[in-house]
Amino acid sequence: MDTNIIQAAIPKFIEGFKVTIWLSLIGIIGALIVGLICSLLQYFKVPIVSKIISAYIELSRNTPLLIQLFFLYYAFPVIGLKLSATFCGFIGLTFLGGSYMSEAFSGGFNGVSNTQIDAGKAIGMSRRQLARYVVFPQGLSLSMPALSANIIFLIKETSIFSVIAIPELTNTALDLIGIYYRSNEYLLMLVIAYAIILIPLSIVLTILERRVRYGSFGN
Amino acid sequence: MAKEILRVEKLNKFYAKQQILYDVDFSIAQGEVLALLGPSGSGKSTLIRCLNGLEEFSTGDLFFDGQKMVPTEKNWQQIRQKIGMVFQSYDLFSNLTVLENIVLGPIKVQKKSRSQAVQIATRLLKRVGLADYLQTYPRQLSGGQKQRIAIVRALALHPEVMLFDEVTASLDPEMVRGVLEIIKELSEKDNMTMIIVTHEMNFAEQIADRVLFLEDGHILENTPSKQFFVNSQTERAREFLESMKF
Ligand SMILES: Nc1ncnc2c1ncn2[C@@H]1O[C@H](COP(=O)(O)OP(=O)(O)O)[C@@H](O)[C@H]1O
Ligand SMILES: [Mg+2]
Repeated sequence: MDTNIIQAAIPKFIEGFKVTIWLSLIGIIGALIVGLICSLLQYFKVPIVSKIISAYIELSRNTPLLIQLFFLYYAFPVIGLKLSATFCGFIGLTFLGGSYMSEAFSGGFNGVSNTQIDAGKAIGMSRRQLARYVVFPQGLSLSMPALSANIIFLIKETSIFSVIAIPELTNTALDLIGIYYRSNEYLLMLVIAYAIILIPLSIVLTILERRVRYGSFGN
Repeated sequence: MAKEILRVEKLNKFYAKQQILYDVDFSIAQGEVLALLGPSGSGKSTLIRCLNGLEEFSTGDLFFDGQKMVPTEKNWQQIRQKIGMVFQSYDLFSNLTVLENIVLGPIKVQKKSRSQAVQIATRLLKRVGLADYLQTYPRQLSGGQKQRIAIVRALALHPEVMLFDEVTASLDPEMVRGVLEIIKELSEKDNMTMIIVTHEMNFAEQIADRVLFLEDGHILENTPSKQFFVNSQTERAREFLESMKF
């Protein structure tokens, strides 16, 4: 283990770190938006659209992100759609994450007990009012654990972006290993860099989960 | 004779192929208190839930204030403001404070102003002795407190009829009395029309004008309360009363 090598590589890792953070951030935001929209459309059982969404969710959850990325990066140019690597990464993460987030939201909405819904109906609320004031607030807090698991999962998935040459953390480390033939130092740095992102984040998410947990208390 | 407020005619209810209610017929007059009694599984909850559309009935008619109920979602939303319901499991909205639980209906459903709704809520909460709990969340309350607030939530819409489905069945014994007293006061002071499902026989005997005795989805008795508890018409009802004395 050579500390000089580690020191020399820090600037490059910081660059990779920024790319990973940035991509994760926009990808997760995209996934949350897509997921929320899909879950709402499914909750209200919008005809046809909900069928299409189910198909999307199956497709997205049952194909590896790697293949989804290859598709965006190599197959789309064939039909004249050339996407930048970063944009592919963003779309890929949103496409994959959207389905996971949608399932997380739906799980929360469906987890709201029927007796709460009966109580809402009994005071004359319409289905929409019930959704807005009872089901969604409670469902969101019920879905928090699944949402945060997905957030962590998606950040880890960004390491796959190295295969389409996005200079994020994993790509940076693999590049350096290829150039200097030193794997111990770079792999250690890689692990530490992911830990710096994921450990504090998962602590924050756990705290957040606790704060919103009221919805699962019932009654 | 007071005016008839609710009438049920030839109501039948199936779950899938299984029949749960058979040709149920009865009516209730303004200010009358009806106790709906019967063994567990006889269909009491199903019947009472049919009255405000929480369960669909398969055939039969419902008349409210002399008008035949056309069972569309919109109509049910109207009727439910006039028929309040309280459940065994309280079911206050866990994401809302006591105050928000109570004003939700008046504000969102009945389009009352917030200040008006808050006024109604405060007055009713005072009445059940819980005026200090406006900003409390349901999880911080005891079962008895939750149930009293659930009653207030229903009353805030100014219903003409109240349905109570085993509202004391989940309560610790020392909480039961407070809730029953509120129901009794509703009848005595406000002359509220009520249908009460309960297994508190003493309470039923005190409060009910009439008893509907249900078994296996059939109404076996529709008898004035005085007579029912002293001298029921059917053998089954006598056996039932005997079994409730444990
Ligand atoms: N959702 C349901 N699906 C099928 N059967 C049901 C359902 N709810 C109740 N039942 C049946 O209907 C009958 C009456 O139930 P219920 O109205 O709850 O009785 P009670 O309130 O008198 O105890 C019971 O046999 C019960 O098993
Ligand atoms: Mg019942």
